Amino acid sequence: MDKIIKDLTSRFKVTDYIQQRPNMAYVTVQKELAISLITHMRDIEGFTHFVLLTAVDWIEDNLFQLTYILNSPDKKVDLGIRVMIDRENPTMDSAHHLWQQVATYQRELKEMFGIDFPGSPRVDESFILEGWDDIPPYRRDFDTLKYAEETYFPRDGRGSNDPAEYMKKKLYPDEEK
Amino acid sequence: MSEEQNINQNNEPKEDKFLAEENKIRLVTGPDGKQFQVNPLDDYFCDKRPQVVAPKNKIIEKFLNWARAESLWVLGFGTGCGSIEIPPLLSPRFDAFRYGVQMRPTPRQSSVLIISGYLAVKTLKRAIRTYEQMQSPKYVMALGSCTINGGMYYDSYNTINRVDQYLPVDVYVAGCMPRPEALLAGFVKLKERIKAGNAEGANEYAEKFDWYKANQKKIIKNWNMPDYNW
Repeated sequence: MDKIIKDLTSRFKVTDYIQQRPNMAYVTVQKELAISLITHMRDIEGFTHFVLLTAVDWIEDNLFQLTYILNSPDKKVDLGIRVMIDRENPTMDSAHHLWQQVATYQRELKEMFGIDFPGSPRVDESFILEGWDDIPPYRRDFDTLKYAEETYFPRDGRGSNDPAEYMKKKLYPDEEK
Repeated sequence: MSEEQNINQNNEPKEDKFLAEENKIRLVTGPDGKQFQVNPLDDYFCDKRPQVVAPKNKIIEKFLNWARAESLWVLGFGTGCGSIEIPPLLSPRFDAFRYGVQMRPTPRQSSVLIISGYLAVKTLKRAIRTYEQMQSPKYVMALGSCTINGGMYYDSYNTINRVDQYLPVDVYVAGCMPRPEALLAGFVKLKERIKAGNAEGANEYAEKFDWYKANQKKIIKNWNMPDYNW
């Protein structure tokens, strides 16, 4: 793993690096370099298995974090590539030419976070939410509870209890707090 | 057909934004080589509203209800996690055939629709199409707390909270998920309801058709099908 990272830092401008486990590491790179880094890892270093592509909404920093996780079947190591992109204008280069299935992840991210991947096949079609007209639901400024209460006719009388408190009250009613 | 029964044509012109590809107006070449225009929404679907079928004779209706209750044909349509509880129902251990329950592969042949768990908006659209294609008398059984009050998905952006706002539900089976025994109890309950003449879901749907449609259209924003599918 160290050798791979050393090689990576010499070739690309890696801004951050975390060794999560002996066989798992995360590198953070600039948006422009990410696709060339992934291509390099796939074609030369043998990270041929694409595990997932996901996003995190860092609303406080006004950033979206994209995470590409690659796996090398020969070396038995995982490598996560993190890319920070602007939240106001979320656009990222598409990677669907490297693995076909990336297009599906990108379609999902377009729908759930509103991150655009120009050129990705069928990225503008609706994926799970048909005819959604609100802000993308996985963004943290979207209030799902408020939306559900306004939209889906909540039934009256629904309540919830903290399980620990509830069982304490039920089993030991005399006991003072 | 009178004017007020024309539900597809009476409305203001539909926006074509969401209309499904197969429902758009198109030119078709017939077997004799002649070209003609087809508007699937008018030509392929009946645009009549569902009708209320009132019970006619008390004694005959009682006999019919007994017959209906003793052979419940269930549509093999699973939504959510509850669909996995239905196959064991037909296995020798639970043996739903004892109760006259059997599965059918098509809505045209079935009389019971089981909403087996949470319904996403996307699935609700399919469930409505399926329900409307079933022939009366038809019954709806809803499994799990998700169909009753939203269950653990009460605050989800894409899962409905109450099925009875969109389809007339006859029997709820509580649980998360209910086991096959609970399902059998639900079937027994449904039979009692049918025999007592209370399971009039299809008539209720026809009576409150506009209310149900308004609720359905409130959340299904890409309505790209006829108003009543059958």
